[in-house]
Amino acid sequence: MTATAEELLARTRDLLAAHPPAATAPADFLRARFDAGLAWVHYPEGLGGLGAPRTLQAVVDGELEAAGAPDNDPRRIGIGLGMAAPTILAYGTEEQKHRFLRPLWLGEEVWCQLFSEPGAGSDLAALGTRAVLDEEAGEWVVDGQKVWTSSAHTARWAILIARTDPTLPKHRGITYFLCDMHAPGVEVRPLRQITGEAEFNEVFLTGVRIPDAHRLGAVGEGWAVARTTLMNERVSIGGMRLPREGGMIAPVAAAWRERPGLRTHALHQRLLGLWVEAEVARLTAERLRQQLAAGQPGPEGSGMKLTFARLNQEISGLEVELLGEEGLLYEDWTMRRPDLVDFTGRDAGYRYLRAKGNSIEGGTSEILLNIVAERVLGLPAEPRDDKDTPWKDLAR
Amino acid sequence: MTARPPRPGRPAPRAPIDLLYSGTEEELRAAVRSLLTDRCDPAGVLARAETGRPHDPELWHTLAAEIGAAGLLVPEKLGGAGAGHREAAVVLEELGRAVAPVPYLTGSVLATEILLACACDGPEAAELLRELAAGRIVCVPALPLTLAPGAPLPAPLHDAGGGVLSGTVSSVADAVAADVLLVLADTGLHAVPADRAALDPVVPLDLTRPLATVTLDAATGTRLADPATARAAVAGALLSGAGLLASEQLGLAEWCLTETVAYLRGRHQFNRPVGSFQALKHRLARLWLDVASARAAARAAADALATAAPEAPLTVAVAQAYCSGVAVRAAEECVQLHGGIGMTWEHPAHLYLKRAKADSLALGTEGHHRGLVADFAELPAP
Repeated sequence: MTATAEELLARTRDLLAAHPPAATAPADFLRARFDAGLAWVHYPEGLGGLGAPRTLQAVVDGELEAAGAPDNDPRRIGIGLGMAAPTILAYGTEEQKHRFLRPLWLGEEVWCQLFSEPGAGSDLAALGTRAVLDEEAGEWVVDGQKVWTSSAHTARWAILIARTDPTLPKHRGITYFLCDMHAPGVEVRPLRQITGEAEFNEVFLTGVRIPDAHRLGAVGEGWAVARTTLMNERVSIGGMRLPREGGMIAPVAAAWRERPGLRTHALHQRLLGLWVEAEVARLTAERLRQQLAAGQPGPEGSGMKLTFARLNQEISGLEVELLGEEGLLYEDWTMRRPDLVDFTGRDAGYRYLRAKGNSIEGGTSEILLNIVAERVLGLPAEPRDDKDTPWKDLAR
Repeated sequence: MTARPPRPGRPAPRAPIDLLYSGTEEELRAAVRSLLTDRCDPAGVLARAETGRPHDPELWHTLAAEIGAAGLLVPEKLGGAGAGHREAAVVLEELGRAVAPVPYLTGSVLATEILLACACDGPEAAELLRELAAGRIVCVPALPLTLAPGAPLPAPLHDAGGGVLSGTVSSVADAVAADVLLVLADTGLHAVPADRAALDPVVPLDLTRPLATVTLDAATGTRLADPATARAAVAGALLSGAGLLASEQLGLAEWCLTETVAYLRGRHQFNRPVGSFQALKHRLARLWLDVASARAAARAAADALATAAPEAPLTVAVAQAYCSGVAVRAAEECVQLHGGIGMTWEHPAHLYLKRAKADSLALGTEGHHRGLVADFAELPAP
C-alpha cells in the first residue's frame, strides 16, 4: 500500500488520540509511534514505516510537533539514523532488520561507525583490520584499530568494515559487519582533538568475535555496502536547514551589531562578503531540498558540504579577529567527552578550531572535489595502479 | 556524526520561495536555446561584432515577436504575455549563454519596467508598451549602464519648456539599436524618437553590448510621467534589471564551465587528458560549485521580483553581490584553462570575458551591492 498525505495525517491523529503525549511516557509514545509505522514512513510496514514516499514524513513530523509529542532525540543517534539504518535496510536479512531497526530508532541502542583507520583515511578501501572466519564456531575473529569514532563510548553497536581476503585487490576483499561494542576485546580510548575535547575515539579490536549472523551483505561485498553508508553520511552533513543568518554567521553578525567599537572597514568588507556567501549557501541548500522534494535529485548535494566547510572556517576565523583582545582567549581546555557534536556552540575560539574538522570529516574537501569533478563533471580519473593489485602487495 | 540543528527559538524560514524551473519555463528555455543555436553561434557573434554593429535585427525579431520574449513582463491587457520575472530570467540565462547581442536587458527589462510603472499616468506609456511587447519597436532607457539601484540618479536633462530637451548621457547601452529613448528630464520622463538624438558610439570593452553617448540638443518627445513617478519608475526598473542581470551572469558562467570541461576532457598533454590532472579538476569542481550557488541566488532574485516579495531588494543585492564575481571568475578560468587558444581572437572565450567584466560594472558593482546588503541586513559600516 502507498499511503497518501491524508491517510498519514489520519493515522498520526489516531496515534495522538490513543497515546496523548501529555499523559504518556516518552518511551511508550515512541514505541507506539514506531509500531504505527510513523517513525520513518518510507520504511516498510513492520519496520517503523508504511512504504510511503519519504517526502510525506514532513506531514507526520509537523502534526506530532504541533501536538507536543516527544522525539527520539535524533542528534544523539545521528549515526544510527543517518548511516546504519539505511544500510541495514538495504542489505540486512529480515532477521537483522527486525532485530536492529526498532531499538535503533527508539534510541535504546546507540550506533557508531568503525570505518577509518590510522592507515586508511581518504583511501578507506585500503583498510587493514582483519576478520578471519572461525568456521567451527561460525564466528569472525576481528583484529585491528579504528579511529575518528564519534559516540564509540556511548554506542552499543557499530557498523564495521574489515578485510576478509588480503589476496584480492583492496575493494574486493572487504566485508561489512554489525559489531557489538560490549563484546570482549573492544577497547575504546578517547582521542583528544585541537579543541581540547574528545568527541572522537580510537577503537582497538583484539580478537573480537562477531557471529556470522551479524555480517551485513555477502562476504567480499563490504565495499558496495559501505558506499551506501557513506552516501547517506554526506547527505546528512550537507543537509542542515538553516534560517537566514543561521549557523556560523549568527554570532558574528550579532557581535557586529552589538559592539560598534569592534568595527573596522576591512572587517566590514569581509563580513559582508561572507554574509552574502552564507546567504547564497542557504539558498543553494534550499534549492537542493526543493529538487529532492520534486523528485529531481540534483548533483548539488555533493557540493554543499564543501561550501559549508569553507564558509564555517572563514567565518569563524573572522569572528576571532573581530573580537580583538577577547579573541586571544579560550573558554576552557579541559578534556571532556561531549555526547553531541556541536559546530556552533561554546566560544569563538572553539568554533574556529572545531570548524577545521569540517573539511576533513565525512570525506576531505580534496576528495569531495575529485568526486564532483569525476561524477558531476565527467572529468577522467587520475591514472592509478592500486585498483587491480592484491591488497597485501600495496605500499603502506 | 550529528550536526546541531538551528538554535531553538529561531523561527524556521517560511518556504514560499520557488527556486526551481517550471515546465513552462523549461519550454521557453528550449525555444530560446534552439533559436540561438541556429542563429547566434559564437563565430557569428564575433563576425557581427567586428562590423561595429553587433545587433542582429532579424534574430531580435524572432526572439521578441515570434517567441514573444519581449512581452514577458507586460500584462496581457497591455499586449504582453502576462508572464513575469521568472520567465524573463530564463530568457536572460540563455542570452548570457550565447552572449547574444540583443537589446533584451535594456529594452525588455529596463525600459519595459519603467513604462509599466508609468502606464497608469497616461495612454502614451501604455501605447509604447504595446509596441515594445509586440517586438515592433526597440525602446531603451537613456541612462548609463553603470547606474545602480539604490544609487543617486544622474542629474536630469534640461527641459527648456514644452518638452524641448537638452543634455548628454554617456554609456547608454543598445542606444544604437533603439527606435525610442526614454529620457529622464527635470520635467519627468519623456519618450524621444532616437533619430532626434545624436548617438555617438564609443568603443566598448564588451563587443556584444554596444554603448553610445546620447546627446539631445533641443529635441522634442512625448512626456510620459511627472518627475516623482519617473524617478520611482527608474528606481524600480534598476532593481528589476539588477536582479535579472544575475540570470544573464549565470548563463554566461555556465557556458564557460561547460565549454572548459569539454575542452579539458578532449585535450591531451603528457599522454593524458589534461582534465585528469587533479590541480585542474579541483579548479573546475570549485567553479561548478560557484555556478550551482549562483543559480540559487539568481533564481531567488527572479522569484522575489516575480512575487513582489518585501525582501526583494535584499535578495537582488545578494544575487548581484554574488553572481557578478562568479561570471567573471568563470570567464577568467575559461581563458586560462584553454591555454594559448583561450588567448586568441578566434576562440569565443574573450567575448564571454568581456561581457562578464562589463556586466560586473552594469547596474552596480559587487561592492555597491554589498553596501546595500549592509543596509538591508543592518550591518552598518564603522
